[in-house]
Amino acid sequence: MSDSAVRAAPTFDLGELHGGVRLPGEKEKSTSRAIQVVPVPHQLVLPLTQHSGNPAHPVVGIGEKVLKGQLIADSDGVLSAPVHASSSGKVVAIEPWPVSRRYGDPAPCIIIECDGRDEAVELAEPVVPYETLPPETLLQKILQGGIVGLGGAVFPTAQKLMQASTLPVENLLLNGVECEPYISCDDMLMREQALAVLKGAQVLMYALGLQKCYVAIESDKPEALHKVADVLSELKDERIVLKPVPTIYPSGGEDQLVQLITNREVPSGGLPTDVGCLVQNVGTAAAVYRWICEGEPLISRVTTVTGDGVTMPMNVLARIGTTVADVVAFTGGYTDRAEQLIIGGQMMGKSVTTDRVPLVKATNCILVMSHLTPPLDERPCIRCGECAVVCPVVLQPQELYWFACADDEVKLREHGLIDCIECGCCDLVCPSHIALMASFRQAKARIHELADEKARAERARRRFEARTLRREIEEQKREEDLAEQKRAAITAGPKEIQEMVERSKQKKRPISRTKKGPED
Amino acid sequence: MWISFATAVATITGIALAAGLLLGFISRRLPGHSEDLVEQVNELLPQTQCAQCGYPGCRPYAAAIVDDGAAINLCPPGGDETVRRLAALLDREPLPVAGSLSPASANNVAVIDESLCIGCSWCREACPVDAITGAHHFMHTVIASECTGCELCVARCPVDCIGMAAAR
Repeated sequence: MSDSAVRAAPTFDLGELHGGVRLPGEKEKSTSRAIQVVPVPHQLVLPLTQHSGNPAHPVVGIGEKVLKGQLIADSDGVLSAPVHASSSGKVVAIEPWPVSRRYGDPAPCIIIECDGRDEAVELAEPVVPYETLPPETLLQKILQGGIVGLGGAVFPTAQKLMQASTLPVENLLLNGVECEPYISCDDMLMREQALAVLKGAQVLMYALGLQKCYVAIESDKPEALHKVADVLSELKDERIVLKPVPTIYPSGGEDQLVQLITNREVPSGGLPTDVGCLVQNVGTAAAVYRWICEGEPLISRVTTVTGDGVTMPMNVLARIGTTVADVVAFTGGYTDRAEQLIIGGQMMGKSVTTDRVPLVKATNCILVMSHLTPPLDERPCIRCGECAVVCPVVLQPQELYWFACADDEVKLREHGLIDCIECGCCDLVCPSHIALMASFRQAKARIHELADEKARAERARRRFEARTLRREIEEQKREEDLAEQKRAAITAGPKEIQEMVERSKQKKRPISRTKKGPED
Repeated sequence: MWISFATAVATITGIALAAGLLLGFISRRLPGHSEDLVEQVNELLPQTQCAQCGYPGCRPYAAAIVDDGAAINLCPPGGDETVRRLAALLDREPLPVAGSLSPASANNVAVIDESLCIGCSWCREACPVDAITGAHHFMHTVIASECTGCELCVARCPVDCIGMAAAR
């Protein structure tokens, strides 16, 4: 096969990436087999929040029959994504179920009992060649496919594209870097479905009117590099360029990738679109292709099942909503030594308490470890500065750590906590074994909480002021009315008085119903 | 020589007079300092509007602190943190929050047991932020997103059908 294909692909001077660490690769275990297809499970659990933003709201009732690809929860508000049934069956419940996003705590889910027939729903609109649609219509269509960023952040893709379409963006970066040591789902996807990935990139470029696309792949994935290079030479699309990048964690972070490929630095608190780039995961591009060109919404994804806690590490194509227990059972089950279940990679994944959690759009890896990493004795910071050397965002983790301990919101902001990508490099190199990333995650949550509180207080203040004002106006009006009545009484003649007496006599006849409330 | 001396004096006097008039005019036209300070104090208060301080809301309490020298430790929802910030702003001694008051939690919201509600609308009247809605003689309900957890409605309910629950 062609080393020359890789070499023939145009190479570029790569930008400078600060810090990062080289991690031992663990991908070989899960890449020795082709992607296996997990059969339809007997039950699907579909969380309403599988994306960042507002939860989707259910549009099916309990007991209702649903078909594969049918919309079961629609997007709610500007930042949201719809959810589709991954197979045909009956909705049996809409209730809280453990989810990986919350480390195994429950969140609202739609639960479908599958009938095994896997009948597909008829498409509302037939698939048409995407070039015939105006870009705005295409974006609206992508929105309906329930597609979210499959790299891990699960930002709704359509919203990301719509934001980008209003900005001067020149480059599409297709992220096939996948720098987490255990994860290999994007690698396998590119090996087996490179055409879908690249055609998805063409759809995205058409939707945004872009003329340049870089496909970034880490140099430790030679097969994927070859395959993509081969398909590219068949496609003959000169706008798409393959770019191998060095194997350094975390070169697959959005901002880091932009820095590597274009040598432009994404400003603090900004987005890649600020420097004219749009980053999409290769899996997202393939999902866009499958929805726009084949009419299948995002109802399945490739996931890596690996770690020394599973008997047969491999990549699987599983339906969204299949429980992790079902997926692991399909691959051959746990080993006797399995102890810890992590959803996501070794570096950034979340350790969950139960394998009843479903596989969701964000689940790129199911990692089962045989030994719990024992929390090492934390010692005082010796100010060695190693963490600052490896930080890919050029922060000063040791200083941030002090401010996080002191709960100093202002200083944390000033020192750019918000730009921390939680890659965990600082944890890895700290000779005192300080849990830096954990404290940053906590501090970030605390800052969000404070901002929320502030917004709530501001709303309460406005409502209180509005109420005070209203009461003043009411009081004033009542006084005016009373004064008016008084004036009328003073000037009343004998005839009016007679009328008043008559009126009050008539009123007295029925017994008054209840004691009145304060006012109405 | 005398003339130039007189000119100098006249010029300086003229400038001083003009500046004085200008400053006087500005200080009359711009909002007073006390008003600004009340706003700043109000910013620091938690806006729960619970009236536990003895004033009808956060803004009135802020005004009382600035204008009448009310104590700065009367706000249980704000806690010691708010007292510290107020002390720093007003250059006063930070005291522990007055003990007899219950620390209302901002994470709680009122919940009306709708099967018991008689529609007296007393709770609606008691709510400082208009977070209770319902027509007279009909069931009332709490708008949870706007409820500050002040508990003022709880005591007002004649059939005791309002309780507090965790918001999230």
